[in-house]
Amino acid sequence: MATRQTQLLARSLLAPAVGLLFIWMIVPLALTLYFSTLHYSLLDPGSESFVGLENFRYFLTDPAFLASLQNTLVLVGSVLALTILLGIPLALLMDQPVIGRNIVRLMVIAPFFVMPTVSALVWKNLLMHPVSGLFAWLAKLVGLTPIDWFTDAPLLAVILIVAWQWLPFATLILLTALQSLDEEQKEAAEMDGANAVSTFIYITLPHLARPITVVILIETIFLLTVFAEIFVTTGGGPGLQTTNIAFLIYSQALIQFDVGSASAGGLVAVVIANVVAFFLVRIVGRNLEA
Amino acid sequence: MARKSTTQRVVVSTIGAWFFGFLIFFPILWMVLASFKTELEAFAIPPSFLFFHWTTENYATVQERSDYLLHAMNSIIIAGGSTLIALVIAVPAAWSMAFSPTKRTKDILLWMLSTKMMPPVGVLVPIYLIYKAFGLLDSRIGLVFILCLGNLPIVIWMLFTYFKEIPRDILEAARMDGATIGRELIYVLTPMAIPGLASTLLLNLILAWNEAFWTLNLSTSNAAPLTTFIASYSSPEGLFWAKLSAASTLAIAPILVLGWFSQKQLVRGLTFGAVK
Repeated sequence: MATRQTQLLARSLLAPAVGLLFIWMIVPLALTLYFSTLHYSLLDPGSESFVGLENFRYFLTDPAFLASLQNTLVLVGSVLALTILLGIPLALLMDQPVIGRNIVRLMVIAPFFVMPTVSALVWKNLLMHPVSGLFAWLAKLVGLTPIDWFTDAPLLAVILIVAWQWLPFATLILLTALQSLDEEQKEAAEMDGANAVSTFIYITLPHLARPITVVILIETIFLLTVFAEIFVTTGGGPGLQTTNIAFLIYSQALIQFDVGSASAGGLVAVVIANVVAFFLVRIVGRNLEA
Repeated sequence: MARKSTTQRVVVSTIGAWFFGFLIFFPILWMVLASFKTELEAFAIPPSFLFFHWTTENYATVQERSDYLLHAMNSIIIAGGSTLIALVIAVPAAWSMAFSPTKRTKDILLWMLSTKMMPPVGVLVPIYLIYKAFGLLDSRIGLVFILCLGNLPIVIWMLFTYFKEIPRDILEAARMDGATIGRELIYVLTPMAIPGLASTLLLNLILAWNEAFWTLNLSTSNAAPLTTFIASYSSPEGLFWAKLSAASTLAIAPILVLGWFSQKQLVRGLTFGAVK
């Protein structure tokens, strides 16, 4: 029913957003691509020269790349596992008839609203400090030796902080999904003699498959680029123990000023993220039809 | 709630849920408590939970020594500015796609979503160099601009899913009555869209307030928002826990309140409508 005029109007309303996003996507990416083929160091200006794929060879064969790729995978995988494995029981619990559920909900969701620099520093100092942290005190109470988190298990420490930030996200999404589950279906199953475990396995879990997939994909996109938590706690160390891909690229660009190599790394990060994005876009797109 | 809930079940699940809820919330509570302690008490072992000498001196010290208000103002300008500009660009776009969809609308939406998935670190180098060349490093306007673009896809998506739910019939009726598109927008659409607009605004404010990649990399002092300011506590000297806690409490308090108000819309916004 749209006339030609309204169609024209609709397009001109859409144009600024599309134009801006297009520029935002294409210009920096094209520059990254261009820089990645140059020998380009900010410490040595004027020496830019074309080196082909040299930067990629350098970046991909750098031992730091393999270490940081491994750290990235461990970080993403562990946080995903923790948030989902803890999020499911937590969401199930909150879906029960709980007195004061709204207040519990507020407490559970709160960490998600804390800025990353705050959560990282509060955990590092107030909780994980090897002498005066609360964890050290608790460990001594039960007769254990306190862990020096950022020396002995730095990556685990970062994982715990990030998992604390993302657990609310997983829980909230799973809880929302649970609340849309048809109660009658569960009742019918129970009347047919299904116990709680089989109701969970055959009815609740299949219902949660989609939201779990969404949680995995969205968290992965954000977790691939965890930066602030590492920046303020470990600075990637000790050694390379907590350097992930994002932090490696940052340090090559803004600490070592090696523009060429950092750009090559940036493109590698884009490729990795795109693989994940491909699946997410498909899932969301399927939802758009409905 | 249709199922019968026995007293026992209510008691067990209530205790369980409160226990775990409290456990998750505890680090925040612990931080708030530490902000009211003296530095010595904040550092003391065994720690005191409630029976310490309550003081507000840390809050005063944070402002005196580091001009907290400047950074809070930067956060407000950067998060607020980027959100408002994003809304101004996104409202017409989302309106257009929701009410005059074409064959390509779905592709455009998915393409916009895919720009959000580009890792910021992939374009750190060119953005940094461009900002350096144009003198935008450590400027509020530079951060407003980049956060606006970064969140634009989410804003458009959220608005689109809200606009989609406005019944078309009402618009048809308004058109029949001879309403122009301008009037339709102001008198029919806007009132119905206000709840969606409000929750989009809130969620985006939260995301922009807490954004800590671009703010850490592109600001140092003058334009530094609270994320960058708090990061400066990562290499301090001497006892600083109580002051860190005071600064942190102030930095997260406003957004925690906003977040609690918008939590119902959060799921929908963050999953691009995939979970409602």
